[in-house]
Amino acid sequence: MASSTQSSSLWHKHAIFEKNSILLVLGILVVVAIGGLVEIVPLFYLKSTIEKVEGVRPYSPLELAGFNIYVREGCYLCHSQMIRPLRDEVERYGHYSLAAETMYDHPFQWGSKRSGPDLARVGGKYSDDWHRDHLRNPRSVVPASIMPGYPWMEKTPLDYTHIADNMKTLSIVGVPYTQEMIDNAQADMVAQGSGAGKAATAMQARYANAIVRDLEADKGKLTELDALVAYLQRLGTQVDFKLYDDKANIR
Amino acid sequence: MAQAAQTGKSMRFGEVGLLVVFAALALFSIFVASKAWTPAFAFHAWLFALGSIAAILGIFKRYSVRSADWPAQMIDGRPNYNYGPVKFAAVMAMFWGIAGFTVGLYIATELAFPMFNFDLPWIAFGRLRPLHTSAVIFAFGGNVLIATSLYVMQRTSRARLAGDLAPWFLVLGYNFFILVAGTGYLLGITRSHEYAEPEWYAIFWLVCVWLTYLFVYLATLHKRTEPHIYVANWFYLAFIVTIAMLVLGNNTEVPVSIFSSKSYPVWSGVQDAMVQWWYGHNAVGFFLTAGFLGIMYYFVPKRAERPVYSYRLSIVHFWALIFLYIWAGPHHLHYTALPDWAQTLGMTFSIMLWMPSWGGMINGLMTLSGAWDKLRTDPVLRMLVVSVAFYGMSTFEGPLMSVKAVNALSHYTDWGIGHVHSGSMGWVGFVSFGALYCLIPWVFNRKGLYSLKLVDWHFWLGTIGIVFYISAMWVAGIMQGLMWRAYTPQGFLEYSFVETTEAMHPMYVIRALGGFLFLCGMLIMAFNIYKTIASPEASSVPSGRPALAPAE
Repeated sequence: MASSTQSSSLWHKHAIFEKNSILLVLGILVVVAIGGLVEIVPLFYLKSTIEKVEGVRPYSPLELAGFNIYVREGCYLCHSQMIRPLRDEVERYGHYSLAAETMYDHPFQWGSKRSGPDLARVGGKYSDDWHRDHLRNPRSVVPASIMPGYPWMEKTPLDYTHIADNMKTLSIVGVPYTQEMIDNAQADMVAQGSGAGKAATAMQARYANAIVRDLEADKGKLTELDALVAYLQRLGTQVDFKLYDDKANIR
Repeated sequence: MAQAAQTGKSMRFGEVGLLVVFAALALFSIFVASKAWTPAFAFHAWLFALGSIAAILGIFKRYSVRSADWPAQMIDGRPNYNYGPVKFAAVMAMFWGIAGFTVGLYIATELAFPMFNFDLPWIAFGRLRPLHTSAVIFAFGGNVLIATSLYVMQRTSRARLAGDLAPWFLVLGYNFFILVAGTGYLLGITRSHEYAEPEWYAIFWLVCVWLTYLFVYLATLHKRTEPHIYVANWFYLAFIVTIAMLVLGNNTEVPVSIFSSKSYPVWSGVQDAMVQWWYGHNAVGFFLTAGFLGIMYYFVPKRAERPVYSYRLSIVHFWALIFLYIWAGPHHLHYTALPDWAQTLGMTFSIMLWMPSWGGMINGLMTLSGAWDKLRTDPVLRMLVVSVAFYGMSTFEGPLMSVKAVNALSHYTDWGIGHVHSGSMGWVGFVSFGALYCLIPWVFNRKGLYSLKLVDWHFWLGTIGIVFYISAMWVAGIMQGLMWRAYTPQGFLEYSFVETTEAMHPMYVIRALGGFLFLCGMLIMAFNIYKTIASPEASSVPSGRPALAPAE
């Protein structure tokens, strides 16, 4: 039959790949490149990928130090930061997460597993003291918790020295840190942990709504625990959902 | 050198070149170590310095004992196969397998009994979990892939492995990468991308190693004496090429300083998530699937002594699988802030992926046509066949879980963990065990395994362990998913989060038990392999000494 000879000759053509390793490698490259190109490239130019919202700002130096500790300890392996638009999640955790809320997260911390609850909007839900107790010994506040304790964190002094270098690198990859922010990085870090004052006001002018605590940072007493709590308390608090118009980005 | 002058031996270009490279690397590493910002990074710089010095000594040592000529390509008309790197990678696979399974068991215990974290930073769950995943996927799985691919590529090409030092740089360099990555996790050095945690300098090293892998592979294929490239090699090549592409794509990052282990990825938020799961899902697709399918296409026919069921099916299987797999990443991001169009593409292609996956499974299983009786007598073949069955099961479960409606329930729960482990323990684990049971007697030139009865024990302990593991995770995952969305008649959420945690405790204990059984199987294997290697060579058993009696 004509069709069968035709198809068998087509099978025969595959020998081109079987006899030439370079053609085989090129064929593989072309075939595996397509899917990624189609799915990834448009995310960088379609404006609808990240909706415009008010209030999202880069991390303050102290919050950034906390973010880096969160990354270092692998918290994302048990805690997601991505509330899905499902009834139970929205009722349990709050408004579903927006792409814009994590646009300054290098790397993203959405996570893939909830051995513990979602943390996308944990900021402001508990007191600082609760977080401190909880990180020191999770079972002192949640008896059935399976989270590891981090009592060593409050004994580990926070590294002040390299925070400006970190912000400089982040500005290279697109986080809008100004030169002024980078120059004042260390001072802002201390200011956020030294209670109300002139320095704190200057810091808040650069980082809107940053929470100032008196942690005796000016006496050099900032710890890794302080930074982590500052980061956690900021999570999900950037966008004011009383003002957020979820229809604005529909077209 | 005086000795060289006597024998007419001189340093080869590759030896001199590598000596220069390693000397420079050693000096540079010591310089970095002296200025490192953190003790952890200084430790890694010292590791690089020591590794380089060891490489220099190794090259000199090898030079002093090697003959002046290149090794023969052919001996008596048969290729002079180079099994040294294969042996090394196979033995390292055994070591990392035991290490990775042990860490897995430990973190399973931590989840059931959190006191086992001991409030210590280095062994907290968040730091040990990447150690477990990397040790089993990249250390155990990677060494199995390297060992088998270097063997299969030589045998099916009927050509000696290309390169002199290059294959050794590949196997030693790869294991050095694992050492750096693994110790880094314990010290808190991580990029926090799942299955892509190693930091920039470890990745830089890995890229050098990986390109060597590709060149060795292509150079060996180039001098093959068989006209056709065998199907197993297509899969190995797809694995090597695509992993290179994925690692480069997902590791676009800017280091804070050369004196710091920290780097920041160029992408953030939603784009970072998409790139990560494009990488992450295809680490499954090309590391844990394509590579191990290469193993299936060589070792199943070889052990069953039957040809591959269908040549045409293997062509369709190959191209369809590698084309469709790349698209499936977004199914890890259903209902997230990733745009809907990308989620829908991910789901659609994941469902289509079911077909080539099962095509491959059918091709593997039907290869046993006319040899099914061997399952009764050969536990190694049984292991290989059951691995293909697990492959079929998890490649059915995967598309099912990628459907958005199902994913709404399964995502974020232990169902995902169970799914991964039916694939990794059942498919990757068992096909690796089967391949190593075949490979080690072949490359060490032993008559056969020390004991088939012990293989039987390994098979059953492993299988029961997997069943415990995945059933516990199905129950835990679906239960937790349902509890999260349960409402009281009054319309309130019925359970607090921690109530779901409490409910899963028994399942976590059963899971740890399953992992324990799986580890026991591996330890039995290690004993069996040790005894096999310790037995005398097949052709050189002295007639005066009786051969070892089989343990049966």
